[in-house]
Amino acid sequence: MDFTSSFRDPKIVANLIQKIKKTITRPWVIMEICGGQTHAIMHYGLDQLLPPEIELVHGPGCPVCVTSLELVDKALAIAAHPDVIFTSYGDMLRVPGSKDDLFNLRARGASIQVVYSPLDAVQIAQANPDRQVVFFAIGFETTAPANLAALAQARALNLDNFTLLVSHVCVPPAMHAILGSPNNRVQGFLAAGHVCAVMGFWEYHPIAELYKIPITVTGFEPVDLLNGILLTLQALEKGEAAVQNAYPRVVTEHGNIHAQQLISTYFEPCDRNWRGIGMIPMSGWALRPEFSRFDAEKRFKVEHIQTHESEICISGQILQGIKKPNQCPAFGTICTPQNPLGATMVSSEGACAAYYRYARK
Amino acid sequence: MTEIHTLPEMEGPVCPLPLPHNEQIVMGHGSGGLMTRDLINKVFAPFLSNPVLDAGNDFGLLPPSQISNPRLVVSTDSHIVTPLFFPGGDIGRLSVCGTVNDISMSGAAPAGLTAGFILEEGLAIQVLQKVVASMQVAAKEAGVFIAAGDTKVVNKGQGDGIYINTAGFGWLPGSRSIHGANAQPGDAVIISGSMGDHGIAVLSARGELGFSTSLESDVAPLNGLIAQVLAAVPEIHALRDPTRGGLATTLNEIAGQSQVSIWLDESAIPVKSVVRNACEILGFDPLYVANEGKVIVILPAQYAEKALEIMRNHKYGREAAIIGKIEKDEPGAVLLRTSYGSTRILDMLAGEMLPRIC
Repeated sequence: MDFTSSFRDPKIVANLIQKIKKTITRPWVIMEICGGQTHAIMHYGLDQLLPPEIELVHGPGCPVCVTSLELVDKALAIAAHPDVIFTSYGDMLRVPGSKDDLFNLRARGASIQVVYSPLDAVQIAQANPDRQVVFFAIGFETTAPANLAALAQARALNLDNFTLLVSHVCVPPAMHAILGSPNNRVQGFLAAGHVCAVMGFWEYHPIAELYKIPITVTGFEPVDLLNGILLTLQALEKGEAAVQNAYPRVVTEHGNIHAQQLISTYFEPCDRNWRGIGMIPMSGWALRPEFSRFDAEKRFKVEHIQTHESEICISGQILQGIKKPNQCPAFGTICTPQNPLGATMVSSEGACAAYYRYARK
Repeated sequence: MTEIHTLPEMEGPVCPLPLPHNEQIVMGHGSGGLMTRDLINKVFAPFLSNPVLDAGNDFGLLPPSQISNPRLVVSTDSHIVTPLFFPGGDIGRLSVCGTVNDISMSGAAPAGLTAGFILEEGLAIQVLQKVVASMQVAAKEAGVFIAAGDTKVVNKGQGDGIYINTAGFGWLPGSRSIHGANAQPGDAVIISGSMGDHGIAVLSARGELGFSTSLESDVAPLNGLIAQVLAAVPEIHALRDPTRGGLATTLNEIAGQSQVSIWLDESAIPVKSVVRNACEILGFDPLYVANEGKVIVILPAQYAEKALEIMRNHKYGREAAIIGKIEKDEPGAVLLRTSYGSTRILDMLAGEMLPRIC
């Protein structure tokens, strides 16, 4: 039996669509935070089933997309070291830096390995004691515990050849940045279910109150997404700034306490540049000073990097929900998955890539 | 080795006897000299022997075609799979089936293959024997012979054990016209079985996934299945095997060549639940995962049921299904109708297939 089948059941989906159609009385703009949600919406064509009054805009929740150009360039500088084995999740290899990407660097002879788990990078470090193994620790709150579990394991094994290039970012500061912008159009949020599985959703109550906006914790299957949209819509129609949980099979109010302890042991909040958006204060995590020997930026002295971003790419406006991918003049013409100008066209969770793959028009 | 130990002891400087290299491949096996001949006689000939190959020439002289007004169809394919042996197959079977299938997609009957081996120094000869034996089994099943061969050896570290290039040839009846630019509006699209088995079986055999599956690769020669379908339904317009890039990429090629759109019904496309679940975990789409024993058949809709019945009666077509149709609007596009009634574009695979991260 297919473990996801009931959350993809066409009858339940049709039923939820009917409920949404009955509930809605006027246009609303709802943002799904997470790129995984964007991907699922486009993959299943859910946007085509919704009433035209609902406009879904796509949020900044794609870690590949928002990892700053500066960090991509740092990754390239570190990976070019002859004694380094650079390890990364696959998507990062195609993200364009200022002049290059990791795929090209690998083709020129650099040791760059795709891993499925950060623990694989630790194994590579164990197997190669004479090489420096660096893992590109990107992601939101979701991937932080796994990345830090790898670091904890490297410590337990007394490995001194394992470091992290940390580019972690957090959802709540990005929500503040979007809602505080004078250009904001977002009236309701689908919060990212997997982020909340780690962090819970207690952090969202003050945001909902401050901006008078409903926030619904939402999963990734068609039934989950439509449930999240329905709950958000009901709150919008009633004028309630409610925080609701449409993903209770995975998410609790306080999240995964063990994972949060791991995060607070190793990480402290820091200012972080978001690609296309700019600096958001206290929006990321960096390794605490006592763990700086595991910090690849410090070990490889790549603090001063000159970057150059494509002038044409509007990924920043897309990541803030101000524009949609098909409103970009470069979309599908000079910017394609084979030749991406910005990271939103690279990752399978990037809004531009999702539009290109599933709905080019 | 035993001969050396039985030699009498000698005193004083002697010319050392060379060790017999019959356990692993060494550079000399690619020299073209005695060692190469030895390798041919001991490893290749016992499995691949046939009158054309046994003539011992640098060329293979082919028998004339038995069909009237024949046209020659050729194809070539290089095989570089890791690991060399995987559930359901190995590089030997793959190298025969890959080229047999490419020839078959023209509607021709594959007749023979050439095989070029690039061996890495240090490869166990036993491994090579196993691979060549597997080629023999696959060639016998497909009814083809190896008409010519070549062996080269590369330095240790410069190859992945064995690379095999096969080129194939076959005879096409002069009247037959089956190719990718021939899909026509109103045609039906049939697939011979489940999608993604080979790609996931090989990934799983690499041991990199952190989980294992009982899945087997579908690698198989399809000429028998295709010959049966063609005998009953000669009206077929296009045939293609959805190998690298999977069903989605292959159908995009055909949509582009024929300047038509291809509309698929998602719920009709067979995908094994183990493949679907593995793809869920890895962030892959089964429609982009490689197959090595499946064929897409595009034919006028009125013949679809007849072709389907014949395919389902063949061991390589048990799960065959009609999965879509050809339209004339939006030429070049492949579109998928979801089970919810929405539509999405199925694009070509862009670059390397990468797992998503979260």
